[in-house]
Amino acid sequence: MTSKNEKDRLIIEAIDSAIDHFGDSREELIPILNHVNRKLGYLPSEALEEISNRLKSSRSQLFSVASFYHMLSTKPRGKHVIQFCESAPCHIVGGREVWQALKEAVNLEENETSPDGKWSLITTSCLGLCGVGPVIVIDDDAYGNVTPEQIKDILAKYSD
Amino acid sequence: MKYFRTHVLVCVDPECLSKGAHDIVDALNDELVATGLIDEVQVLETSRIGACSQGPEMMVYPEGVHYAGMTVDDVAYIVEEHFLKGRVAKKFILPIKSIKDEELTAPTAKEIRVVLRNCGIIDPENIEDYIAQDGYLALAKVMTEMTADDVINEIKKSGLRGRGGAGFPTFLKWTFTKQEKSDIRFVICNADEGDPGAFMNRRVLESDPHSVIEGMIIAAYAIGAKQGYIYCRAEYPIAVNTLNIAIQQAKGLGLLGENIMGTDFSFDLEVRMGAGAFVCGEETALMNSIEGKRGEPRPRPPFPSVKGLWEKPTNINNVETYANVPQIILKGADWFASMGTEKSKGTKTFAMAGDINHTGLIEVPMGITLREIIFDIGNGIRDNKEFKAIQTGGPMGGCLPKEYLGLPVDYESLVQAGSMMGSGGMIVMDEDTCMVDIARFFMEFTQEESCGKCTPCRVGTKRILDILERICAGNGRQGDIEQLEMLCSEIKQDSLCGLGQGAPNPVESTLKHFRDEYESHILEKRCPAKVCKALIRYQIIENTCTGCTVCARNCPVNAISGERRQPHSIDPDTCIRCGICIQVCNFNAIEIV
Repeated sequence: MTSKNEKDRLIIEAIDSAIDHFGDSREELIPILNHVNRKLGYLPSEALEEISNRLKSSRSQLFSVASFYHMLSTKPRGKHVIQFCESAPCHIVGGREVWQALKEAVNLEENETSPDGKWSLITTSCLGLCGVGPVIVIDDDAYGNVTPEQIKDILAKYSD
Repeated sequence: MKYFRTHVLVCVDPECLSKGAHDIVDALNDELVATGLIDEVQVLETSRIGACSQGPEMMVYPEGVHYAGMTVDDVAYIVEEHFLKGRVAKKFILPIKSIKDEELTAPTAKEIRVVLRNCGIIDPENIEDYIAQDGYLALAKVMTEMTADDVINEIKKSGLRGRGGAGFPTFLKWTFTKQEKSDIRFVICNADEGDPGAFMNRRVLESDPHSVIEGMIIAAYAIGAKQGYIYCRAEYPIAVNTLNIAIQQAKGLGLLGENIMGTDFSFDLEVRMGAGAFVCGEETALMNSIEGKRGEPRPRPPFPSVKGLWEKPTNINNVETYANVPQIILKGADWFASMGTEKSKGTKTFAMAGDINHTGLIEVPMGITLREIIFDIGNGIRDNKEFKAIQTGGPMGGCLPKEYLGLPVDYESLVQAGSMMGSGGMIVMDEDTCMVDIARFFMEFTQEESCGKCTPCRVGTKRILDILERICAGNGRQGDIEQLEMLCSEIKQDSLCGLGQGAPNPVESTLKHFRDEYESHILEKRCPAKVCKALIRYQIIENTCTGCTVCARNCPVNAISGERRQPHSIDPDTCIRCGICIQVCNFNAIEIV
């Protein structure tokens, strides 16, 4: 478990690098939130507070933006985030069975994070990879034509 | 420039990447070094070549040999056979096509490639490839020979209409934006392609980003804008990356930025990323998102051309609209207007999905019939089943039955039929599809994506979904159909933006064309397509069952009982209708009733 100081340091580091990159104007809020969300895995309330100070913008405004977009999370996420495409084209080519197998393999329901902090399971809107559905994405890796039987092997690649 | 006798174009479209295209590239290069061919054969990464569903795939020029479906272990074989021994590696070949052959750019006779013309042919990360295909020639023509009004007139003559789906004449948008009194104007490219199953824009952005950039520069010149934004959804990281590279390269050559091509016209372009919100594809919501706010739509009027981004006049077009512009300037409005119908000119890209033999992207002239698309290009329905319906226009489009197969695909005809052009997703459904279930599925989507700002959409879509779920669960009531109709028309009239106004379309169109299915669900508690689990029952045909016990052993909930060699039976109260028994039965002895 990271200590409070360590966590604060990581937050400041993430925000610094975001503002270095995008500047501190209000209109850059979404790129900044995206960047920090990516670095930390989610947007802790301490981070939102710090960003609100730097951008001179109210916390309520920031929270309203952070909670609007699916890809920004205000809750902690696991080390590896599994995204399952829940769109129609994946649905009709066997997505339902893959979803079932995924849930069983990591023992999670949608939007849950495993107690050991390894996995988060979320659904995503269409990734545009419809020709190779069903599609799952783990962190930045996309897997196409996934069958329920492959799930175990795919997950095993993330052994750390 | 170094000369290579052979060029190998490996598709690194995300679909192929997901099947290890990068590993193939590495393996190819390693093998070429090992065989000493590295100075003779060049390996290039390109976007989609055309058969990603069988990927990874690659194209070998000058022969035009198309390979697909190989693994890293096959690379040595291909290198040895083809590059060393000079004979085609037959095992992985797709039909031979040569680069000069029209067939390559238009895979079937009914297709015409305007927007997709460079896809799979050029390296999207190399601007010189684009320039070699007459890229930026249209911009040069505009800069040296045409006034802003000339450009708008040419677009007017071409008849180009918005490819985002609504079909508003492009020249009018440009004119309105230009007319507004303001010292600052913006152009925006809407690349927030969120419709499930629609990935035409992704393909263009990843394979031919400069065509969009060039179109935007020409638009900016025509309306007098100095700053532009491409708003791309965050689900498309590769497209964002490709665009950023393309913008840098264009700037490096003086095609973007200060004093473009040495003239006094300056224009800068930036990519903005979404963060996962379907409603941001709506133009006013998109502008709010660029401004760093919640992506909620604004009331219109004022329209973006009057008060858009940061309250300034803004021209916003779709990816495909911009990609058409350079070709219109280059080949002339008359050439463009010669394709399509009287009111819908040019071509349109569509993404075909569902129960059809050939899924994937197509580009066809406007006015082609649905029948031609489904049966001639898409090669008909999978597994020889019957066609039941096609959904056009994405989740806010309508479902059209077989009586409409002869319908020409243009803006007006589709709207009249109760659907719409939309951005270009098409989902084909066969006889086994339950239309009530489909309506429920799409409603679930729009309900979840409703941003919540206006009540008709936020509450209305939820009410419709409640009723549809009830009907599918076997608890439909008399009067449900009338209530659905009432809700649909109210939501359509009163919602703030296109999401709410279009949300009832799947329900309305299925009510109109498949009313009997709703009635069966409600009155007879029967699902004619045998999809809705609450309304079906699995049973064993006594005379056919051999009592082999396979079904009983595979049933996950032990709902099947019976003695060996005696007909079995299924307990309907325990059965969860998972369908495993039907899959495992070797004697077709289980039926759904």
